[in-house]
Amino acid sequence: MRQNRAIDVSTGLFVLLGVAAILFLVTQISNREFSSSGKGYDVVAQFDNVGGLKVGAPVKMAGVTIGRVVGIGYDMKLFKAIVHLGIDARYDEIPDDSDASIYTAGLLGGQYIGIEPGGSEVYLADGSQVEFVQNAIVLENLISKYLFGQAIKEPPPGQATDEAASAAETPATPGQ
Amino acid sequence: MTLLREILSGMGDFLARAGAMTRFLGRLLWITPAGLLRPRLIADQVYNAGALSLAIIMTSGLFVGLVMGLQGHDLLARIGSEESLGTGAALTLLKELGPVVTALLFAGRAGTALASEIGLMRATDQLTAMDIMAVDPMKRVVLPRFLGGVISMPLLTAIFVMVSIFGVQLIGVQYFGIDRGQFWSEMRSFVELSDVTEGLIKGLVFGIACSLIAVFEGYNAEPTAEGVGRATTRTVVVSAVATLVLDYIVTAILL
Repeated sequence: MRQNRAIDVSTGLFVLLGVAAILFLVTQISNREFSSSGKGYDVVAQFDNVGGLKVGAPVKMAGVTIGRVVGIGYDMKLFKAIVHLGIDARYDEIPDDSDASIYTAGLLGGQYIGIEPGGSEVYLADGSQVEFVQNAIVLENLISKYLFGQAIKEPPPGQATDEAASAAETPATPGQ
Repeated sequence: MTLLREILSGMGDFLARAGAMTRFLGRLLWITPAGLLRPRLIADQVYNAGALSLAIIMTSGLFVGLVMGLQGHDLLARIGSEESLGTGAALTLLKELGPVVTALLFAGRAGTALASEIGLMRATDQLTAMDIMAVDPMKRVVLPRFLGGVISMPLLTAIFVMVSIFGVQLIGVQYFGIDRGQFWSEMRSFVELSDVTEGLIKGLVFGIACSLIAVFEGYNAEPTAEGVGRATTRTVVVSAVATLVLDYIVTAILL
């Protein structure tokens, strides 16, 4: 009986340790610190091009994650990508004239949405739309604009750099 | 000509064994619902296969982690991104090294114990005696051992990975002085939940394979001392090869 008890205890300890290890891996190692299912509100933004943005990508303000991308769809009438942003309920005073841009984290990192606050007194609420957006910068577009813009015109050297610079900026100007 | 015949008969043997093992698995799964009604027997086998493997799994895990810390740091220092050590190590351990090394150790520690135990029961006619007493040895002996192994493997895998990551952290943070916060936050921002589930699924698949092979070889061992020895050897060899082949298949499916 005594022997049995020792076996039971160590079996229980083993299973407990295993479950604890699984929990550790799920909560400490992987990124689940921000669940979009929590309390919060949804905001919509329309982009001409979302690039490599994925569902679950962070939404950041001043570098702080305030929400996640909860859905990406395509509107057949507007020919635009509709991105649903799930913002945490704590951040409920974002001016409604803020603009949303798609950035890339680091050189090779994933893409995320950065929100720059505007000056309005009216705040974004559930279902409201971010009016000012800035599309994802597609590297190929930049390169092709730079290359072909220069190759076709071949203006004097000073002008060429201007041309290239403005070409590089074109996709970066806010759509709408 | 004789070579060709040998190869053909070898292939025939292999197919026959694979078929017999599949039928064995089918029988086990068929009686699993009845076996689950006796959790006591399964718990005893979780102790045998799992709790008793804990020492070897944790020691190996720690040293695998320490080596990964050293090697990973050396590699990443050459490209100048030491902070990625945690990410690289966690992904490698979760997705590949953890489940595979755990399965190999499991086959060596628990698989051989299962095979020799059941083989010895066969050699000493205990299984036949049970049959005569109208106790189905498949239900009483084989199934609890199989289920015990299947339950233990994912848990052992998780423990192995946890201890290894601790080992990596020991080398990276304590020895090489990578910032602790950076180490963990980098890891957390790149490792997805699906990576964790991939590792656990692999652990489960390898657990099913290794446990099946062990009980099959033991149950079908030749009833001699030599036969039991052969069954034990074959358990390790077949388990190791099966683990690596299955690893490729599961990776190809999940990736």
